[in-house]
Order: sequence, then C-alpha cells, then structure tokens
Amino acid sequence: MKKDSVTSEYAIELRGITKAFGSVVANNNIDFSIRRGEILALLGENGSGKTTLMNMLSGIYHPDSGRIFVGGEEAFIRSPEDSARLGIGMIHQHFKLVDVFSAADNIILGTESESLLLTRRRFTRARQIGERYGMTIDPEKKIYDMSVSEKQTVEILKVLYRGADILILAEPTAVLTPQETQRLFGILRKMRDSGCAIIIITHKLNEVLEISDRVTILRRGESVATVNTAETDAAKLTEYMVGRPVTLSINRPELIPTETLFNVYHLTVVDDEGVIKLDDVSFNLRGGEILGVAGVAGSGQKELCETVAGLQKLKKGAILYKKENIEGMSPREIIRLGISMSFIPEDRLGMGLAASLDITDNMMLKSYRDSKSPFVDRKSAAEMARQVVDKLDVAASGINQPVRTLSGGNVQKVLLGREIHVNPSVLITAYPVRGLDIGSSYVIYDALNEQKRRGVGVLFIGEDLDVMIELCDRIMVLCHGKISGIVNARTATKEQLGLMMAGAGTDERYGTEVGDNE
Amino acid sequence: MNTIINFIFAAIKAGAPLLFGTTGEILTQKAGNLNLGVEGLMYMGAFMGFMTGFYTNSVTLALLAAFGAGAFGSLIYAFLTVTLKANQNVTGLTLTIFGTGFANFFGEMLIASTHGGAPKLSPDFSAKLSELIIPVLSDLPFVGRALFSHNLLVYLALVIAFICWFYLKHTRAGLNLRATGENPAAADASGLNVNRIKYINIMLGGGICGIGGAYISLINGNGVWNNGCINGQGWIAVALVIFASWSPAKAITGSLVFGAFTIFQVRAGEFAATFPPLAFLSSIPNAFYVMLPFLVTALVLIITSIRQKREGAQPASCGVNYYREER
Repeated sequence: MKKDSVTSEYAIELRGITKAFGSVVANNNIDFSIRRGEILALLGENGSGKTTLMNMLSGIYHPDSGRIFVGGEEAFIRSPEDSARLGIGMIHQHFKLVDVFSAADNIILGTESESLLLTRRRFTRARQIGERYGMTIDPEKKIYDMSVSEKQTVEILKVLYRGADILILAEPTAVLTPQETQRLFGILRKMRDSGCAIIIITHKLNEVLEISDRVTILRRGESVATVNTAETDAAKLTEYMVGRPVTLSINRPELIPTETLFNVYHLTVVDDEGVIKLDDVSFNLRGGEILGVAGVAGSGQKELCETVAGLQKLKKGAILYKKENIEGMSPREIIRLGISMSFIPEDRLGMGLAASLDITDNMMLKSYRDSKSPFVDRKSAAEMARQVVDKLDVAASGINQPVRTLSGGNVQKVLLGREIHVNPSVLITAYPVRGLDIGSSYVIYDALNEQKRRGVGVLFIGEDLDVMIELCDRIMVLCHGKISGIVNARTATKEQLGLMMAGAGTDERYGTEVGDNE
Repeated sequence: MNTIINFIFAAIKAGAPLLFGTTGEILTQKAGNLNLGVEGLMYMGAFMGFMTGFYTNSVTLALLAAFGAGAFGSLIYAFLTVTLKANQNVTGLTLTIFGTGFANFFGEMLIASTHGGAPKLSPDFSAKLSELIIPVLSDLPFVGRALFSHNLLVYLALVIAFICWFYLKHTRAGLNLRATGENPAAADASGLNVNRIKYINIMLGGGICGIGGAYISLINGNGVWNNGCINGQGWIAVALVIFASWSPAKAITGSLVFGAFTIFQVRAGEFAATFPPLAFLSSIPNAFYVMLPFLVTALVLIITSIRQKREGAQPASCGVNYYREER
C-alpha cells in the first residue's frame, strides 16, 4: 500500500507515549519499535498496558503525549480507518466475523470494489490472497461451520486483503490446540519472511520464545526491557514481567488417591437447541487427586461442570457420589453432600459472585441458610471473609469493599476462598487462573494442591497444557463433547494432548489410560 | 371455477398491502432493528397518500407522499433507537400509537372539512388505480383474470419485493446491510458506517410500509377515507416477516396466503354456495373469519419458531442496539 515510503529502519516507532485514564497511568513514556520482516512479542501481565498501547496504534485511543512514526513518517492515528490506511491491521482475540456469511463475504466486507454486485470473483480473490501466504481456505464455507482455527485464518486474511503489512495479534493462541498453534506460527513466519511486521500480544512464555525475534516487556505501564529472543529465557522474561525472580514450578504432592468420590457413567447432555454437548462421557474422580479436563474451548467443559453441579439436566447416564445417585438433585442438596463447586465462567462476576456486594456479603451467599436465626449472621461471615483475605493474600481495602472493584485475580481468590472455606470433599473449578498474573496463578495452584493434600477430589478445567501437565494427576481430554482419552499427567506430552484435543483417540503407544471405572 | 379464480384474484389484491409492509419490515430488520411500528407507519402513509391524492389528483404525488410519511415516521424511530439507543420494542409500539393517532386525528379533520362528511377521491383519480387490462395476458384463460388484470400498485408491490430480494442477495450494499444486522461490530471493524446503513434502510423500509398504507386507503376503501382503515394489517405484516424467513421473495407467497385469509370472511358464503361439501362454511359465525388471519398468524409464529436453519433466521443482532466498544 505505502511501501514506497519505507525510509526508516522501523515499520513503526513509538516515542515517549503516555496515556492516562483519569488518575491511572496506563502507559508511561513508552518507547517501542518494530522492523519489517520481524515478529515482536509484546509481553506483560494483565494491566501492564499492552492492550492500551496497541489500541493507540489501531486508532481506538489517542496518546496524551508522545509521537508515532509509521514507515519513518510521523502519523496521527485518529480512528480505526486512519490505522487501516497506514497498513496496520489488528486481529482481536474475539473474532469479528459474520457467522452466516461465507469466508469470502467476510473477507471482502467493507472493501472497495469496482462492481456493485456480488460476483463469483470474490471467491477466487479470497482463495488467491490465501494462497499467497500459504493458507488454504474454502472461500464458500460458512463461518458457523468452521473451527476456531479456520475462523482465525479468515480474520488474518481479512486484514491482509485490506493491504495491511503491519499485523497486531492479541492472544492469538488462546483458543488453539498445540497443532493449530504450530500451523499459525508457520503462517506468521511466512508473512514475516515476505516483509510484514508482526506484533503478538501474549503472556505465554514458551510461545514467545518459540516464535518471536525480539520481545518488549511492559510492567505497570512502563517498558522495562526489549531483548533479542535468542539471548533470553523464560526465567529472565518472568523476572522482567513480575519485577522479581519467580520460581516457575508447581510442587505436585505425590499421594495415593483415596476412595472414589465420583462415578460418572455414560453422561449425555443435550442443549436447548438439540445439539449434543456431552456424548457418553464416563470417568471417575478420587479423593486426593486433581483430574484435569483439557479441550479446545466449547468442547463440553461448561456442560460437564454444570451437570455435575445440578444446574443442567442430563439426558442419559448417571452421576454417583459415593455410590449415591445425585441425578435430579437441586444444587442446594448437592452442596449439602459436600460437593463444593467453584465455577469460574468467562464472565467471572456473572455466576460465582454478586458484583455489587462486598466480600462479606458474598461469603454469606453460601452460608446464610446454615444459620438458625431469622436474621442474617454478619459476624461469622465477616470472620470468614477476613480469613479468606488473609490466607489467599487478597489485595482489598477491607472486607467491605465491593467485589466489582477488585482486580480480576483478587475476584478469583475471593471466589475460590469461599468455596474452600466450607471444607468440600469435591472441588470443581473451571479456568481458575484465566486472566490472572503469574504471581496470583501460583497462589491458586498452591491452594488447589493444599486441597488435594486434604483428600479433596479436584476437577480442574484448564487451558494451559504446560500447567496441567505439572499440576494434575490425570488429564481427561474432551473433543466435541466426547472423551478422547484419560492419560497420566506424569507421562503425558503436550503433543499427545494436542492430538487428543483434535479428536484422535489415545494412541496405543502411550497406553497410559489410568483409573478405569470400576 | 369462477369462484376459485375470483378468490385468487381477491387474495392477491388483499395481499399486496401486506407485501409492502412485509418487504419494508424485512429491510428494517436486516439492518438489525425490529420496528414494531409498521401499523403506525402504514396509517401515516394511508392518510398522507389519501390526502395528497384527494387534493392533487396525482397518483405519483400520492405515492410519494405516502412513502415520505412512512420514511418520516421511521426517521423518528431511527433517531430514537440508532442515535439515542432507546429500547426498540417500546419505540416501535409508541410509533404504532403515534401513527394511528396521527391518521385518525387528521382524518377526522378532513372529514369535518369536507362537504357531506365523506371525503372521496375523484373518479378520475380512482380510474388511474383501477384494474389494468394488459394486452394478450389479460385475455388468457383463468390466469388472465387471476394474475394479469390487477391494479398498478399490485405490480408495484411485486417489483419492489423483487428489487429488495436482489438488493439483499446480489449486491455489495445488500451484503453491507446484512452484515450490519447480523454483527454490527464486525461491520464496524470492516470499515462500514453502521449508523448510516441503519438510517438509510430503516427509512427505505418505513417508506415502503407507507405505500402499503396508501394502498389500503386508496384502493381497498373504494375511494372514501375511513378512520381505522389499517385495522391490524401492519401487525400481520410484522408476523409475515417471520413466516417469510426474512426473504422478500418468500414474502410474495406469504402475503398471498395471508391475503386469502383476510378476505375469506366475504368469500365463505360464496364457497358454501358453489361447493356443496363446503356448505358448513356458511354456518360458521362471521366473527370467526374476522379472527382467522390473526389466529393463523399466531400458529405460524409457533411453527416457525421451531425452525433451525441458520440462514432463514432472524438477523442475529436484530432488536439489539449497537454500542461501539469503548472504555
């Protein structure tokens, strides 16, 4: 588009960018640059200012001070349109595609065209732009028929079709299997080699090390370092991110699992629209173990949690808790059996906690029925809140602070703390570290391991396979609502889990199926 | 045989205003806005069309006035829902109340100011909207009478429905419109001006609804203004949108079917007399036939809500106002 103006060494250069929201300085005097033909990782914990910085490149925010240079010339990016005109394309974590349209229609949407009519040529064009970067897509396939990885390819093509040669990808691997991630990396390398500048925003260290040429690390709104990837390692990057050395290992207690708490037989769940969400799922959960559940987002994890917790009806199958059938029981009755569920959905404050209430009141949501008095017992709830805040190191101004105003990590801690406090025998936890910084994540892992030591059976729905291999005892992999296998986490590899997430059954060679349903 | 041909002829004639209303509402909903004010828009079009025809004797001006009245009514709706992000259901219902009051208020004034109390279009004007004789086609047996001897506005309704079908399915502008109704965030991210697309199509749709209203006041009323003339047909049009699964092409058959139901009350006696096995039809109270189109509407809504296919479904963001993501 504007390749003629390449006079500078850098595709984009930011000098002294500062942006504040009210009294919070999100970006403070940041210098940042990326060359053509380079993949740069922008690394930082949540709230470190990565997204704010990138939003200034995509025209959503304007810097309070500082200058932006694109291709050596000073640029003033006032709107997303300005940004697109400069050849900057942003691929958001949540895809912006029209579900009922074909791939080609999504790609051409809103672009200039010589014809007012929709002709077959749009399919050819979409295919051509894909072939140029080694991406094969079926341009006539509808988005709703596509896998997450295919949708992402369409998003990338959409940006390339608009002539972008500076790409910003936000958490691009969050929803991909390891194999799909490798495929994406292949595409990114090819784009880099053809002269594109690529920025990936991420917090997965191993991927940073694998794909990027350079890394810029942000911490609390400031750029703390820019290093060549080849000259660094995970420990150093973490230290930059957190500001102090952090041990990145999970100490897995090696215990002999006790009695079987849960037997789930042939569980089949169908949603309101008749779509099968869980298909003939059988597994068991024993005390003193952490059973991980891996799978691409939407493989049935949510339904599994909700069915076990009694929130969703099952169509077929049985769920036994200590040989007692809990099918048809209300969540209240299930909680009384000692099955405590900490379910943290994407919308964290939606299901688990009441956002406007303070920490104490949220503790009471679970305990108020146990009191015999007709009046609420705020005293013991306050005591419980104080214990949770102390034990899990919740950063709050006090136990009367509304949960809504806590940061994501602290919200998670309050929720988990409340669930642990009632001494459950089973703990179901979905994505408990989603959106948490590294420090908080390890507090949560430690808390889970402590529960395991107490003999609790933990069902851990997770997304980061590296963590699951270190934390869990067994890992069950779901794919489209079916179990593709249950493997021993001590011997499992990421590649094996990835294949299973994509639907391949347990390979004979691994032969690590453990914990059969007796 | 004549009974059946006459029935089809009358069904088409009664279905045409529904087709205008349905086509207009399809455009509106494709832009992501559920406008429940079709009844009101048709009332506004009916009155403005009639008054203009009454004073100017020009069919063109009458239709333009009806279109303008519908477009103006939906401009109010668009301003409230698109710019001010007001609740679409409430705004649409209010528009129905407003349009009904508008037509009956000024209609009453028109009646009061007319000598004899019955404002009537000139015979000259009515002649221009009488049934056309198309050479050759009108003389064909059966279909000549049933299909090729209608008034001008019936053909206008078909042409507009066809154009809208083509617009939605085969043009870039139609693609932009559909994207806006399905996922305005995606349309916005693709560089489309979501608000402009919404305004244009909501107003176009409203204008087409307005012409549907004029059809009722200019043709169905035998040239005399009649307060309350729309009488629920706007609501049937809203339901027909679902029956037609948001396709102007399917709206053509849908409006024919519903046209048949709306005129069944006057034809039931004739059927009973012509076909002995249907003699029971004349023993059913007339009130049942008046209710019939609404009953069928309710049944159709229940049946179609079971449908699963993704393409023939309501635009995903229909009824939801769009806020650009900003902190």
